[in-house]
Amino acid sequence: MSAISRDDVAHLASLARIELTEQELNDYAGQLDVILTAVASISEVAADDIPPTTHAVPVVNVFREDVVTPSLDRDSVLDHAPAAEDGRFRVPRILDEE
Amino acid sequence: MSDLIHASAVELAAQIANKTVSAVEVAQAHLDRIAEVDGRVNAFLYVDGDGALEQARAVDHAVASGQALSPLAGVPLALKDVLTQTGVPTTAGSKILEGWRPPYDATVVERLRDAGVVILGKTNMDEFAMGSSTENSAYGPTHNPWDLERIPGGSSGGSAAAVSAYEAPLAIGTDTGGSIRQPAAVTGIVGAKPTYGAVSRYGLVAFSSSLDQAGPFARTVVDTALLHSVIAGHDPRDSTSIKEPVPDVVGAAKSADVSKMRIGVVRELSGEGYQPGVQARFDEAVELLRAQGAEIIEISCPSFTYALGAYYLIAPSECSSNLARFDAMRFGLRTDDNGELSAEDVMRHTRAAGFGPEVKRRIILGTYALSSGYYDAYYGQAQKVRTLITRDFEAAWASVDVLISPTTPTEPFRIGERVNDPVAMYKADLCTLPSSLYGGPAISVPIGLGDENLPVGLQVMAPVMADDQVYRVASAVEKALAQQWGGLLLDQAVAL
Repeated sequence: MSAISRDDVAHLASLARIELTEQELNDYAGQLDVILTAVASISEVAADDIPPTTHAVPVVNVFREDVVTPSLDRDSVLDHAPAAEDGRFRVPRILDEE
Repeated sequence: MSDLIHASAVELAAQIANKTVSAVEVAQAHLDRIAEVDGRVNAFLYVDGDGALEQARAVDHAVASGQALSPLAGVPLALKDVLTQTGVPTTAGSKILEGWRPPYDATVVERLRDAGVVILGKTNMDEFAMGSSTENSAYGPTHNPWDLERIPGGSSGGSAAAVSAYEAPLAIGTDTGGSIRQPAAVTGIVGAKPTYGAVSRYGLVAFSSSLDQAGPFARTVVDTALLHSVIAGHDPRDSTSIKEPVPDVVGAAKSADVSKMRIGVVRELSGEGYQPGVQARFDEAVELLRAQGAEIIEISCPSFTYALGAYYLIAPSECSSNLARFDAMRFGLRTDDNGELSAEDVMRHTRAAGFGPEVKRRIILGTYALSSGYYDAYYGQAQKVRTLITRDFEAAWASVDVLISPTTPTEPFRIGERVNDPVAMYKADLCTLPSSLYGGPAISVPIGLGDENLPVGLQVMAPVMADDQVYRVASAVEKALAQQWGGLLLDQAVAL
């Protein structure tokens, strides 16, 4: 499996919306390489005819009756928002981005 | 022992019910103990003294008015800081949630309240439960009460340390790849991971949703089973919650009868990398079980060798998705919102400032494993290995009732020893990962001290929804060893 470069980590960090420092980019590139080497053995097993397991205990969609039940009080939720205004979350600008 | 902090949960509940002692006195004794030793242990991130005393008063009121009590009414408990409790800070060991006071109770907390269990506070943990040593907490490491220079295991290290330091007789942890069993083993107490889906995940800050499971810690197997029976059961608010009735774990723990049980020793969970003292205690425990009439059979589970690889792809993949919710918009930290930066940049800055190194590492790893071109080779392949591990378990159940192994390959290592070597750290979970990926129940019970005079645990694994079987075997081991030692392993620890 392929080695991970500093630029690969920079791309992944951008996908994951985490600003990493130069130091972190270099450290993680090395460490991820070591981790991926350590887990590479899984490619030796499990042929095409093995189905994947997504969940420990098989689950199917679970539905409830379509009735109104109490939900969290709006003020108690907004109390811990980083910023709120007029009973709504206040967020930084989302338009005019590149 | 008669003093309050050394008593078992069963003893405390009985004394409270018959008015020998009040729940308030019991809570106060534990709050005093926390004040005395937690500066050295750092098991707690938040101590809710007022809340605990208020809950204790309610129990005393119920006792006075002759109301029927639950078997754990008035018993104090330490809660891992990954479960929400209304109005009480919940950080999951992360700076990104610092100061957040959730507006709702986790189902586990609701059930504890209903049972009259007194919640003393929130315990330290590896950030978002990612780690095996509690060193990844943003709030400093927890110290192992057996040796303060050593790790208490992780990620539920705070909960385990609280119980082994007599700060609480009961604690709740969560286990994704061993985060209850491994800390229990290295602190010399009992810890169980119930069958996946047995305990509701509602209000549990998600790390790896297909693996996360809350479970009990205590100093005795019966106390652990009692707590298990309080928190388990179907919850419509968790779509993966199991509908079947909870197995009779308390009855099994009390019976401790392993005669005619078929117990499988997993060949792959021994040998290279296992400390001689760990292996020796394990071999002695096997003989104890044989002496009690159990049939011991060696079992080969070849796919277990690949559990580490599968886990460290599946868990980071799920975490990279789950932790996307920490977007600086609705709750938790927001940094650099100066009116100039866009929402996306504020998000990038906040996640950089709020997440610690291991969390970032796993998010990046998970993002990689899920990205197009690599998905099949990594995440897809890991899910197939999960199938193979499940098949190994199912094949084993044809010839044995439970499987056993050491809980950890080594005794607790020194704080700082593995922080710069992620793979060495991950190997602490070698024995606990298979049953996490499979979803069956597993328990760790103390079986003695190893080469460095530190605790060693035995892991018992059982089929899905056969949680009673792991308690039965653990209890048999505990009983046999109590006869040899004249008490619990923890009695051999140097007092703090």
